[in-house]
Amino acid sequence: MLGKLTWAAVPFDQPIPLIAAAMVGLVIFGVLVWVTVKGYLPYLWHEWITSVDHKRIGIMYTLLAMVMLLRGFSDAIMMRSQQAMAYRSEGYLPPEHYDQIFSAHGTLMIFFVAMPFVIGLMNFVVPLQLGARDVAFPTLNSVGFWLTATGALLVNISLVVGEFARTGWLPYPPLSELTYSPGVGVDYYLWSLEISGVGTLLSGVNLVTTVLKIHAPGMTYMRMPMFCWTTLAANLLIVAAFPILTATLAMLLLDRNLGFHFFTNTGGGNVMMFMNLIWAWGHPEVYILILPAFGIFSEVIATFSRKPLFGYRSMVMATMVICLLSFTVWLHHFFTMGAGADVNAIFGIASMIIAVPTGVKVFNWLFTMYGGRVVFTPPILWSIGFMVTFVIGGMTGVLLAVPPADFVLHNSLFLVAHFHNVIIGGVLFGAFAGYNYWFPKAFGFRLHEGLGKAAFWCWFIGFYLAFMPLYVVGLMGMTRRMQHYDVAAWRPWLLIAALGAAVILCGIILQIAQLTVSIRHREELRDETGDPWNGRSLEWATASPPPVFNFAVLPHIQGEDAYWDIKQRAIEQARLGDEPAYTEIEMPKNSPTGFICAFFATFMGFALIWHIWWLVAVGALGAFTTFVVFAWRDEDEYIIPADEVAKIDRANRSARREALVHLQPVQ
Amino acid sequence: MSGFQATAGHGDPHSLGHGAAREHLPKHGGGHLVSKRIVTGYGFWIFLLSDIIMFSAFFATYAVLVGATADGPSGHDLFDLRNVGVETACLLLSSFTCGIASIGAMTHRSLWFYGAMTATFVLGAAFVGLELREFAGMIAQGNGPSRSAFLSAFFTLVGCHGMHVSLGLLWLLTMMAQVYAKGYRDDILRRILCFSLFWHALDIIWVGLFTVVYLMGVGQ
Amino acid sequence: MSHSKQINGVDLVDSAPGDEPVEDDAHGLVAYLVGLGLATLLTAVSFFIARTTLVWPPSIPVALCVLAIAQMGVHLVFFLHITTGPDNVNNVMALAFGVLIVLLVIVGSLWIMSHMNHNMMPMDQIMQMQR
Repeated sequence: MLGKLTWAAVPFDQPIPLIAAAMVGLVIFGVLVWVTVKGYLPYLWHEWITSVDHKRIGIMYTLLAMVMLLRGFSDAIMMRSQQAMAYRSEGYLPPEHYDQIFSAHGTLMIFFVAMPFVIGLMNFVVPLQLGARDVAFPTLNSVGFWLTATGALLVNISLVVGEFARTGWLPYPPLSELTYSPGVGVDYYLWSLEISGVGTLLSGVNLVTTVLKIHAPGMTYMRMPMFCWTTLAANLLIVAAFPILTATLAMLLLDRNLGFHFFTNTGGGNVMMFMNLIWAWGHPEVYILILPAFGIFSEVIATFSRKPLFGYRSMVMATMVICLLSFTVWLHHFFTMGAGADVNAIFGIASMIIAVPTGVKVFNWLFTMYGGRVVFTPPILWSIGFMVTFVIGGMTGVLLAVPPADFVLHNSLFLVAHFHNVIIGGVLFGAFAGYNYWFPKAFGFRLHEGLGKAAFWCWFIGFYLAFMPLYVVGLMGMTRRMQHYDVAAWRPWLLIAALGAAVILCGIILQIAQLTVSIRHREELRDETGDPWNGRSLEWATASPPPVFNFAVLPHIQGEDAYWDIKQRAIEQARLGDEPAYTEIEMPKNSPTGFICAFFATFMGFALIWHIWWLVAVGALGAFTTFVVFAWRDEDEYIIPADEVAKIDRANRSARREALVHLQPVQ
Repeated sequence: MSGFQATAGHGDPHSLGHGAAREHLPKHGGGHLVSKRIVTGYGFWIFLLSDIIMFSAFFATYAVLVGATADGPSGHDLFDLRNVGVETACLLLSSFTCGIASIGAMTHRSLWFYGAMTATFVLGAAFVGLELREFAGMIAQGNGPSRSAFLSAFFTLVGCHGMHVSLGLLWLLTMMAQVYAKGYRDDILRRILCFSLFWHALDIIWVGLFTVVYLMGVGQ
Repeated sequence: MSHSKQINGVDLVDSAPGDEPVEDDAHGLVAYLVGLGLATLLTAVSFFIARTTLVWPPSIPVALCVLAIAQMGVHLVFFLHITTGPDNVNNVMALAFGVLIVLLVIVGSLWIMSHMNHNMMPMDQIMQMQR
């Protein structure tokens, strides 16, 4: 009836996960009770859960990422403290638990923090920047989000019911095969990523189509803001790379569940094929993460330097070149597995070449700031912090791209330091820059600046304290994923690294404080005009938060920096453009399809992990029925009448008219 | 009727492009400047490319593992080209009838549409049936997917295609039911466009499949 | 590019993949019939070549690949109506990107794996080679 699931699956003997899960459970329960008592449930259902508005979906993605960041970071704190303690002792985490922690940390941080964070920002911002009213496939977008949430939920269920993988964030066979990992941990990993992978793919299809096909009049490709270009490149990579992940994980699932022989030691299976395929996805994946961050920095740096982006065309070229090159370097993740000198040399050179377009970008950002009047707000602090940090991470990356050096450094903490250097210093700093930059657009008030700066400095200093020592111990020969060690020389460095993690923790606390304080003081931080930063692209041309239809009338674009042009014209003439003729607007109706699909997918995934076959059938049937019911509906759009559009837009226009007086023309 | 003939851009005084005249150009919803038909078709096109890339991973695995028979039978011992020939004929003809069905849908000719869709369904079901018979025969002889890495890769690659065809059949029935219940509405015509893209793409994958798996396998 | 009509600088000439660029359904039917004929011919030749003894055996796989690629092209042109016209630029670009990735994955995997299999041969086979 319940497959492999018994009471033995709940780890009553391990206090840490149980207490943690109980705390989380209490918090969730408390929030649910609060929401129900306050009567917010219908609001949440109608305005958020069933919403197909790209802005709401983007915010929910970002929220998911932030919550998962807390979970992933608590894993990090545990690892750092374990390694700080476990000199000639066992520390406080037994090996089987420690292995689950580093596996969960990597899985969560990549798939459920970095991915949803950048996808959320892209979802929120890109249609606004394109001057569009919505994405190409609003309901599909909602399905994509909820499937991602399903994956995150399944990973977190593994904390209490059963176990998580002990194989690292990529489950290399033969360790991940049934023979060596008989538990459900790897199945949790595989099914949650299969499900959230489908969600990511849908989101990728949606955003590629949106960027290529849905524009305001006049928004040609070469007038799109840089963030739209990097979104296009990142989502092309999603569409091209995630199917490879799906296929590879499916093969491992077949090995584990139906006795196939893809990657087994017996029956002619080939373990190397897994490494080959998983990295054919894995390398594009890091560019899926970093390219949107590059786009965010381009927007932030141009805005706060009060200058157009330097070398826009070269930036577009560099983005698309990175997009293609990222598919030609995947072997550098397994130089040491024996492909031989000529293969290694070619992939090594390709890996070094990819640093060239990246360098082009760094110089473009520097030249954008050069001669500009830089306003030091939190978003640009994150951007400058990124440039310094990312260049260091990039250079250690080029070092690792040299096959002979890689033979020495592979699988060491040097490698761990390198990829944290680029992922924290690149992706996470970018996500935080974007969060500070677009928060006022999303909610109508700015985030507290002082606390934002304090949080940045804690993260920045904490990052260097935590990861520079790891380069050192890596060079001293410490391998990654060690539960304990007995080399005295490593210990001081690992203590510094633990201190760094504590400083980062302060940064996170300050970020939570920043959010709370900002919400309390939202009236003082209110953004009346919709243009709090003196922005350049179209998202600042509408109110904050934008109305559901984004733009009352679609703007006509006449050049790059679309909104800057409109604004300068208004300043010169000392008046806004004439009030447009408002017409009614059709918008897509909300739909619970995504939520219901994900509801069934959650049960299906759980049932597949525990071999509860009847529940699998129920889940699959439910998901299919949901789609047919959705396809059967007759009305999928509703009309917003012209006078309501006019009312909303006039309020924003009057705020802008007042603000216009204070703006000076820029030479 | 007129909608179908307007594809070439005639009767399109504002040069709004192909397909724009087929349905009203949505001035409001989503702010699209291109018609919904183009947006939907393009999105599905992107999805199909991702699906083909997924197949490329299975193809690559098959090609790497084709020699890993673990002292079991190879393709030369197992494949029956007569069966594959019939399967190929079924799928190719169904691709043709699917094209007829989409012409029928666009011109609102129900006889063409239902007839051709039924023919597509029968041919597709025959394909799936033949493939299942082949699989059952191999498994009965003890040459199932757990026999060797080669057979794992074979069953996964061919089975994945077969599963796509089966899901396509389910989709086909849903589309017939939708046309029956709702008529040739714009949104349903868009779905028929996507379905026919899907079905033709499956035939393209099958071309790669019978060449790489069966014809080259027998030759070895 | 000369065919593209511009309104406010936006290239508006566009069509959905799979939409026939023809004027009436008789033409559409003819396209499908031509496609069916060509595809049948190519398939028949493939099946014939696979088992024939008339040609030099090592050339058979190459011939099969060429025939398969040709048939995929026939399907794309006559069934999926992919053309080189300006309205199809986006569709063709996406297709080219997909084909590039497919080639990279397949060719790259085969190349890498053949080198690995060569270098990482099981120990007993390496011993035999050294004799």
